[in-house]
Amino acid sequence: MIAIALQIAAIAIALALLLNGWRLYRGPALADRILALDTMVINVIAVIVVIGMMGGNDTYFEAALLLAMVGFVSTIAYCKFLLRGDIVE
Amino acid sequence: MSGIVEIVIAGLILLGAAFVLIGSWGLVRLPSTMERLHGPTKATTLGLGGLLLASVVFFQVRLGVWTAHELLISLFLFITAPISANMIAKVHLHRARTGDRPDHDGIAGPPPRPDPDGEGEWATFEAPHTDTQASIENP
Repeated sequence: MIAIALQIAAIAIALALLLNGWRLYRGPALADRILALDTMVINVIAVIVVIGMMGGNDTYFEAALLLAMVGFVSTIAYCKFLLRGDIVE
Repeated sequence: MSGIVEIVIAGLILLGAAFVLIGSWGLVRLPSTMERLHGPTKATTLGLGGLLLASVVFFQVRLGVWTAHELLISLFLFITAPISANMIAKVHLHRARTGDRPDHDGIAGPPPRPDPDGEGEWATFEAPHTDTQASIENP
């Protein structure tokens, strides 16, 4: 039962990534594209968690933790650059 | 692995995946940028919390090990999601006010528009202050 639930979850997250890609492509505002990238990072973390559960291997969570940190920092860097024209003043 | 635990894990996985999908569907479906912020920042974060909770229970039952990484990830995400949403909203307000493109009225009503006299503005383009303690000590 867990295997079937994991496959359904993988399909749902893949669909979510496609929807995010559509929003990243369409825009229209720059804030929408940053938001789409931020959501994509969260969805990729979800993919890593699902793959880790499928393989029964808990080493994947290190990658998920790193991706969470890098995604947050990159979103803030994009926003700071657009707000101030510089990242670290 | 007993049946009840299996049902709980499968239910948490499906709930988390459903919330992740709903958040991304909101990102596509909602009409204005400020409304689009709601989907990913709330629903997707909650869905990932559900998936991580499922994996905590899964590895506890399957391998018998207590993994705290998932709790760290969800704690980190729950702290950072509001901050990044706030920054994206600031970018949107800033670009709407500097004339990037007009802000359409959403289904939740018109967005807050700048006053003509500039009173009560959001300080999205404020220069660093020069009279604070930190700026005096670090010129």
